[in-house]
Amino acid sequence: MDGHHPFVQLTLARFREQLRQPEVLFWVFAFPLLLAVALGLAFRNRPPDVIRVGVEAGPHADSVAALLGHARGFTVSVLPAGEAADQLRKGRVAIVVVAGETVVYRYDSTRTESRMARLATDDALQRALGRRDVRAVAEQKVMEKGSRYIDFLIPGLLGLNLMGTGMWGMGYAVVDARKKKLMKRLLASPMRKSHYLLSFIAARLTMLGPEVVLLIGFGMLAFGVPMRGSVVDFLLLTLVGAMCFAGIGLLTASRARTIEAVSGLMNLIMMPMWILSGVFFSSANFPAAMQPAIRLLPLTALNDALRAVMLDGASLAAVAGPAAICAAWGVVSFAVALKIFRWL
Amino acid sequence: MSSNAVAIRCRALVKRYKDVTAVAGLDLEVRAGECFGLLGPNGAGKTTTVEMLEGLLAHDEGEIEVLGMRWGGHEHALRERLGVALQETKLADRLTVAEVIRLFRSFYRRGRTVEEVLDVVELGEKRDAWVEKLSGGQRQRLAIACALVGAPDLLFLDEPTTGLDPQSRRQLWEIVAAFKRGGGTVVLTTHYMEEAERLCDRVAVMDHGKVIALGSPRDLIATLGADHVVEFALRDGAEPPPEAVLAALPGVKAARRDGPRFSLTVTEAHRAVPALMLELERRGVELTELVTHHATLEDLFLSLTGRHLRDA
Repeated sequence: MDGHHPFVQLTLARFREQLRQPEVLFWVFAFPLLLAVALGLAFRNRPPDVIRVGVEAGPHADSVAALLGHARGFTVSVLPAGEAADQLRKGRVAIVVVAGETVVYRYDSTRTESRMARLATDDALQRALGRRDVRAVAEQKVMEKGSRYIDFLIPGLLGLNLMGTGMWGMGYAVVDARKKKLMKRLLASPMRKSHYLLSFIAARLTMLGPEVVLLIGFGMLAFGVPMRGSVVDFLLLTLVGAMCFAGIGLLTASRARTIEAVSGLMNLIMMPMWILSGVFFSSANFPAAMQPAIRLLPLTALNDALRAVMLDGASLAAVAGPAAICAAWGVVSFAVALKIFRWL
Repeated sequence: MSSNAVAIRCRALVKRYKDVTAVAGLDLEVRAGECFGLLGPNGAGKTTTVEMLEGLLAHDEGEIEVLGMRWGGHEHALRERLGVALQETKLADRLTVAEVIRLFRSFYRRGRTVEEVLDVVELGEKRDAWVEKLSGGQRQRLAIACALVGAPDLLFLDEPTTGLDPQSRRQLWEIVAAFKRGGGTVVLTTHYMEEAERLCDRVAVMDHGKVIALGSPRDLIATLGADHVVEFALRDGAEPPPEAVLAALPGVKAARRDGPRFSLTVTEAHRAVPALMLELERRGVELTELVTHHATLEDLFLSLTGRHLRDA
C-alpha cells in the first residue's frame, strides 16, 4: 500500500487533524497525567501522625510533660484546666493528661485517634517511669507497592482515558464531518466507505501507543507503580479496550447530526461508568445487587482486566472473561453502527 | 466525446419532502461539452436537482442517465468521472490546501497532479496554508480544485460564487471557462443572472421545482421581444400614468408597475425615452429616478413570474 492509497491519505488526514488541535492533545495526553499527579498527591501514604497531648496544669504537670516530651512522636503542651477541656472538645489535642497521685487520661473513647493517643501516651509514660517489657519484640515496617491508592488509580485512569479518547475521537469527528457536509462531499467522490471508517480506527490506534506508554510510564517512574504482568498482554488489553470504545463511539455518532446531540449522548453513556466502573474507587463499594450489572459495563471489565494484569500479574487467560465482555461490546457496537449509519 | 453527445438526460424527475414537492416533473438534457445553468431563486429546487443528478439524493419518480450510465449499479464508475463542488462544504479546517487536494486525488484512479490543479485554481502560494485561514474565494477555489483533481468529464457546481466578492467571482468564472475549453461539461446552479449569461451556453430557468424557460441566455432574453429595459420611479403623491398608456408609447413593448417603480421593456430606447418624458411632462408628474439597461435573464424571470430572482 503506497502513500497515495486513499486509506493512507484518509488516515493521515485524520491523524494530522488530531495533532493540530492542541485541545485534543491536552485531553488525550496531559489531562490524565495531571489527574494522576493531583490524586496521587491528595491520597499519598503519610507517615504516622504526631500525637498531640495536653497536660492539665497542676503540681506534677511539668514533670509529666517533660517525660512525654522526651518520647518520640508527641507534641505536649501544658494547659489550664478550662483551656485543656476546650482543646480536647475541638480536637486540637487527642487526649488530656491530669497528673496526680493517679494519672487520669481524659479522652473520647469513640474516636480512633484518641484511643490511639491513650495507648501511646500510657505506654510512653510507663516506660519513662521505668516499666520493662516482659518479652523482647522487633519491628518490621512494610509499605507494599501495588496496594497503595495510586496503584489502584493509574490503571483506572488508563481505562477512563481509553474510553474518553475512543468515544470522542470517533464520535466528534464523525458528526463534525457530517455536519460540515464533508462526509457528503467525500461520498460524491469514488472514495470507499470502508476506507473512510477504517481510517478512523487506524488514526485511533496511532494515538493509542503514546497514550498508554505516557500514562503507565509516568505512573511507574513518578510513583513506582508496578507492572507485574506481561507488557504484551497489557498492551493487547488496551487494544481491545480502545477498539471497544471506538465501536461504542461510532455507534453513538451513527445517527447524530449535531455536535450538541452527540455530546449529550456521549455524556449519557460515559457518566455512569465514571462512577460505577471503579476508576477512582472500587466498584465493590456499590450494593451486591448491582454488582452483576456493573461487571457487565465495558469500562468495569476493562479496568478489572488492566488491574489484574498490572497489579496481580494475571495472565491474559486469567482475564479472558472481562476481556471478552469488552470485545463483545465493541463487536456489537460496530455491527449496529454500520447498520444504522447515516451517510448523507 | 462528440459535440452532440448527451452528458445528462433526465425525464419526469420528481422529489418530494414530507409536505413539499421540491422538484415537480423535470425534463433536462445536458449536452457534452456545454456549460448548462440552472437559474432560479432560492427554493426553486436547483440544489435538489443537482444532488439527484450527482447521485447523492434518491429521486421519487422519473429517470436519470449520466454519461450514459444510471446510479445504482454504476455508482463507482460514474464517480470516477464526475467532479462535484457542493454548496457550502467546509473541508477539514486544519489540513493544508495541498493536503486536502492530495487526499481527494487519492480517491481517483486517474487524475491530475496536485501541482497542476494548484496552478489551475491559482492557490500555489497558499499550498501550505490551513483551510481555516483561507478567504471565502480561496476556499471556493479549493473546493473546485478538489472537484477537478480527478480530471472529470462532468463538473457539477452548486452556487459556486454565492457570497463572493466580484473579483473572486470573476476568478472562478475563468476557472470554469478554462475547464470547458478543455472539453469538459459543466452543470452549475446560480441565482446570479450575470453568472448564467457569462458562463452558460444554455440555461434552464427554474421556479417551484419546474423548468419555466430553456435556451441560450441570448435566445431567452430575445423572447422578451426587446433589448432594453427602462426603469423609473415617480415623486410620491404623483398620479401615475396607467400601464396601458405606457405600453402604447412608441418603442415600448410592455410595461409593468411594481409599487412606486415602473419597468418598461423597450425595443428602441432612443424613441421610447423621449416619448416617456413627454408623456410624464404632459401629466405634470416628476421623475425621481430613471435607469436604462440591456435586458437580462433577471428581466425574463420577472416577466415570467412577476418576482425577482433574488426575492427569496
